Amino acid sequence: MKKFMALFLTVLMVASLAACGGSEKKETTASAETAGETEAVEATGEAAGETEAAATGEGVALEDLKVGFIFVGDENEGYTAAHYAGAKGMQEALGLSDDQIIIKWTIPEDETCYDAAVDLADQGCQIIFANSFGHESYMLQAAAEFPDVEFCHATGYQAAGSGLANMHNYFTSVYESRYVSGVVAGMKLNEMIADGTITEDTAKIGYVGAFPYAEVISGFTSFFLGVRSQCPSATMEVKYTNSWASFDLEKECAESLIADNCVLISQHADTTGAPTACEAAGVPIVGYNISMIETAPTCALTSASINWEPYYEYAVQSVIDGTPIATDWCQGYADGADKITELNEAAVAEGTAEKVAEVEAAIIDGSLKVFDTSTWTVNGETLDSWTDDFGNEYISDGYFHESELASAPAFAIIIDGITAVTE
Amino acid sequence: MFKESSLHIAARDSIVWWKAWLIRLVAVLLSLIVCAIVIFGLTKMNPVEVYKGIFDGALGTTRRTWVTIRDTMVLLIIAIGLTPAFRMKFWNIGAEGQVLVGGAATAALMIYCGNSLPTPVLMILMFVASMAAGVVWGVIPAVFKAYFNTNETLFTLMLNYVAMQVVTFCIVYWENPSGSNTVGIINSSTQAGWLPPLFGQTYGWNVVIVMLFTVGMYIYMKYSKQGYAIAVVGESQNTARYARINVKKTIIRTMGISGGICGIAGFLLVSGASHTISTSTAGGRGFTAIIVAWLSKFNAFVMILVSFFLVFMQKGAIQIASQFKLNENASDIITGIILFFILGSEFFIRYRLEVTKGHK
Repeated sequence: MKKFMALFLTVLMVASLAACGGSEKKETTASAETAGETEAVEATGEAAGETEAAATGEGVALEDLKVGFIFVGDENEGYTAAHYAGAKGMQEALGLSDDQIIIKWTIPEDETCYDAAVDLADQGCQIIFANSFGHESYMLQAAAEFPDVEFCHATGYQAAGSGLANMHNYFTSVYESRYVSGVVAGMKLNEMIADGTITEDTAKIGYVGAFPYAEVISGFTSFFLGVRSQCPSATMEVKYTNSWASFDLEKECAESLIADNCVLISQHADTTGAPTACEAAGVPIVGYNISMIETAPTCALTSASINWEPYYEYAVQSVIDGTPIATDWCQGYADGADKITELNEAAVAEGTAEKVAEVEAAIIDGSLKVFDTSTWTVNGETLDSWTDDFGNEYISDGYFHESELASAPAFAIIIDGITAVTE
Repeated sequence: MFKESSLHIAARDSIVWWKAWLIRLVAVLLSLIVCAIVIFGLTKMNPVEVYKGIFDGALGTTRRTWVTIRDTMVLLIIAIGLTPAFRMKFWNIGAEGQVLVGGAATAALMIYCGNSLPTPVLMILMFVASMAAGVVWGVIPAVFKAYFNTNETLFTLMLNYVAMQVVTFCIVYWENPSGSNTVGIINSSTQAGWLPPLFGQTYGWNVVIVMLFTVGMYIYMKYSKQGYAIAVVGESQNTARYARINVKKTIIRTMGISGGICGIAGFLLVSGASHTISTSTAGGRGFTAIIVAWLSKFNAFVMILVSFFLVFMQKGAIQIASQFKLNENASDIITGIILFFILGSEFFIRYRLEVTKGHK
């Protein structure tokens, strides 16, 4: 034991010596660092000046343009596949060559994202996109380091508060496409009630959610409101997988919801796990991102989906023109940023296409508000006020102003009729 | 009737060092040729371009080189940490958890003391705390092994999951912004608790610390009495008892060292690289390091090469994915083929093939 103590003390002494020896160096480097920081601050100031100058029409020549993408998955994963489709669409629309688009695939939500972002900047990208929620703090870190490069982060919400002119957030009003997909589901429920397969009281929907964030809550609430607009007796049970993309977890989650007497399933998670379980059990499913008809030919109704192309075109075009990019960007059905995938004629109820067209038109002309406060209650009461953590009021004129103050969804209220199980 | 000849496998008594390395070199070259055939056969791409892409991804720019070095260092120090335990034939597969608790201790100090303590004090505190956390995580299964002869493989493995749960629990208190379920970059504005640059290099300290441990471990295992005791306990506990080596003490002490070094790897990961903590902070490195340690036959200096190779391929993978749209499975295949050949070459180093003409 004595020897062990001796060893331990030696290690400790060596460690402290090394640390003491290092501390002097550290101070010198620290001062150098501070100098570097001041420079960086100045540089930021200059860059800000440049952006203003650029706003008056400097821009980047089309052939010099390089666009970087950081994707959390690859084409085998629906969410990233949708982003990739948007990137491809942008490339074609603007006439960029293949080597002007650099994509980093399967970048996890850790320092690898920072490495990827600064590497893209090193390669000369003038604009860099990242598509996963957890990428945001690493994008901020890179944005501070490269003030001349535009950094755009999907689903995040820190750009406005970051004080960085080159950091931007983008998302779409996906709640609109969720609402429309909910209408499709609601009509299916009505058909099942009319058939006698279920009764009005057993019209329970299961929802495979990723995480208990506002993004997911806003999504399932709008879906549910769409269902309710057609089938007022419907209820919904939500379970979380705590993962954005896990085939096994999503499949198991859907199976347990079906076992819990859910007669229709929808999902906010990125794989084909839930449709696989549904096809096996013969339960109708509304998917997300991509059409699930291939996975569930007899059960997939449609999928709520996002078209990222309008944003990618807008942001890259802004760099070309030298015009500023919005700090928060969010558009929806009216601008073609949201849609539902093709209806599966083999599975949807009769008259669905007509109803969908009618609802879509109402969303586009603004006569239908998804979060109309007269359509939902919390503990039996209608809400007339809701403020977020920053004290912003979201409810006015009789509806919840989702995604109007910031691009990321804010609706984090569990409304009556929905049971969300947090484990 | 037949001109009989048969193939014999004979053990080599010894082999000169250059011959052994020549065999290894030939193995690597052969593996690259096989990989080239596979790449061309599957994708019809020019394999040389793919190799260039891999090299470019790992060492193409100064920044990429430093990222490769940084990740090599982390993998290396975990392998160094595992060495004494494995030499003792104590199957510590709990490095993942030991790294994670070390990282959690570091993150806790960054969060709670980051902006109130001067940098040198904070660094020493984080270093010691991460080591202590790792020591605890290493000593627990060692004590049970020493006194109750529990199975250390299962015990250390299970402690990985306990460590993950501890981190998950901590994230509830540390999450930033709230509701995000992630800690985000800690002290991103002040950089408090971030391992400072050394000689102008962001990851300078990572290299220095890991190299000190590498050399230290080499000396400890090769020249110290305790290092010898570890080897004896590993070979035979009865022999060790006969030589009056205190087996229980050796087991506990060695696992303390092993866990402690892995804990420091957690410090390097959190303070020196990611500046955040999550259940995936260790990212499987605790398991990859086992491969590193075994492939290197516990030689500390060979470990540098092996861990560099693995990180090199991993960084190359990101590049070939973005350049040629070959996903990470492609580089896994290449890594697998190369490792297969390197492991196979050991056979030819230990044995030689003799062709003898048979008698009638």
